[in-house]
Amino acid sequence: MPPYEKPLPVLTALNRPYFEATKRGELRLQTCSQCGHVRFPESTHCPRCLSPEAVWTIMSGRGRVWSFIVMHQKYFRSFASDLPYNCALVQLEEGPLMMSTIVDTPAASIHCDMPVTVVFEQATEDITLPKFRPAST
Amino acid sequence: MSLIKDRTAIVGVGTTRFGEMYRDLDPERTPYGLVAEAFKEALEDSGLAKEQIDGLICHRIPSYQRMADVLGIRHPRIVYSFEGQGRMSGVSTLTAVMAVATGQANVVACVYGNVGRSAGAKYGGETETASTRIYDTMYGMTSPGAYVAMMYRRYQHVYGVPDGALAPVAISNRKNAARNPNAVMRTPITYDQYMASRYIVEPLRLFDYCLINDGAVVMIITSAERARDLKKPPAYVAGMASCTDLTNFYTSRDIFETASRDVAERLYRDAGLGPTDVDCAQIYDNFTPTVLFSLENFGYCPRGEAWQWVKDGRIEREGELPVNTAGGHTSESYMQGWALQVEAVRQVRGEAQARQVPNCHVAHYICVSPIVTSYILHDQP
Repeated sequence: MPPYEKPLPVLTALNRPYFEATKRGELRLQTCSQCGHVRFPESTHCPRCLSPEAVWTIMSGRGRVWSFIVMHQKYFRSFASDLPYNCALVQLEEGPLMMSTIVDTPAASIHCDMPVTVVFEQATEDITLPKFRPAST
Repeated sequence: MSLIKDRTAIVGVGTTRFGEMYRDLDPERTPYGLVAEAFKEALEDSGLAKEQIDGLICHRIPSYQRMADVLGIRHPRIVYSFEGQGRMSGVSTLTAVMAVATGQANVVACVYGNVGRSAGAKYGGETETASTRIYDTMYGMTSPGAYVAMMYRRYQHVYGVPDGALAPVAISNRKNAARNPNAVMRTPITYDQYMASRYIVEPLRLFDYCLINDGAVVMIITSAERARDLKKPPAYVAGMASCTDLTNFYTSRDIFETASRDVAERLYRDAGLGPTDVDCAQIYDNFTPTVLFSLENFGYCPRGEAWQWVKDGRIEREGELPVNTAGGHTSESYMQGWALQVEAVRQVRGEAQARQVPNCHVAHYICVSPIVTSYILHDQP
């Protein structure tokens, strides 16, 4: 396999639980232990009640495409061979918005409010990216 | 009682030659020299002496201290430095207005310099720095235009907006720039040319995008009282307000409506002026959809209708509401809001030459972004 050259996060104590979960095929986000607010991306404190206590709970993996774009411009060399490719803002059933990519369907069939479910694509040994595909009806 | 209404005025403006510099790249160029040129012009325009400047607000300048030293402003009473995001232009002006209105400074120079083109700025890709941005870039998502495109696609979906609906904005900007000898892109475009232009981030095309060019702009703000004795007719600040929408994304789920409505309500109340009083609007157009969002959020037309409202020349120079009369960011110059502000001043003064809007007494500046700012200028308090 050729080396993976696309941008990847540096793992930290704060974000490691997210990527350990995706590696196992689970989408887990921080849920505030005090008020139950689900947040993304990770942070030290709950933006609703400012509690520092949170647990990484498993998400349903279901959501809807709030909107999406098709990237034509080569901003990243590492994405050059993927152009044009889509990026979508997915609103999870649990509330948070996540950027991702819609897979298993041509860009022309993606539309706003389309129901989607999470799938997992391994990038490197440590990092697996959650992506989304059209929900089966 | 309002602490802002008609207490201050913009009394001096200066810019570099945008069109000439576009063809003259210099990787060693720094903003300091560009600002010095624009500053000289603004001082001359105001009739003030340099010694009278006692406030310095820097935007997109690496070091305010170096800037002050280059300009020979040694003891400004207030100094601020804002990072190089376009949204900070309105923030700079608001800061200057507040400083003068509260007496913390008498004469404030807002200085802005941009060497993005010479420096090869891309506004996307590897230069993204925010720590959480990796959750976007790992999917190849990058650049402000892409986040605006995301909102525009949603807008299209919700309001049934067809492809090509942004063309009137891009075409009008270019038409205005053709009348502006200082503009970078002056060759008019047709609807067919617009539609044939390549996608950058679909649904946005090349002509929906701001330019990337070098330049500097300086604006001098002082009290209304002092302004009356100066060289040029003052452009009085009738009202000004700001509100924000700060989340993990540039994309706003209500397309900045909540923040904009808050600004519009306070601005119109404070100024005692509203959309029907405005003779020309200078609207922050980093990307053309922002013009539609601004017209709706500031009450020029109902939500979801701006794409129809801008048709048939309504926003062109001879139309009901001339918008971005110097050509805007897509055609005149990408000075991140500053050239638009200068154009508002020139229109209110009646010195916009070939692009002057007849009988222009009231000009409205709008910036809709994660920091929404807006103000109204008029020639008579």
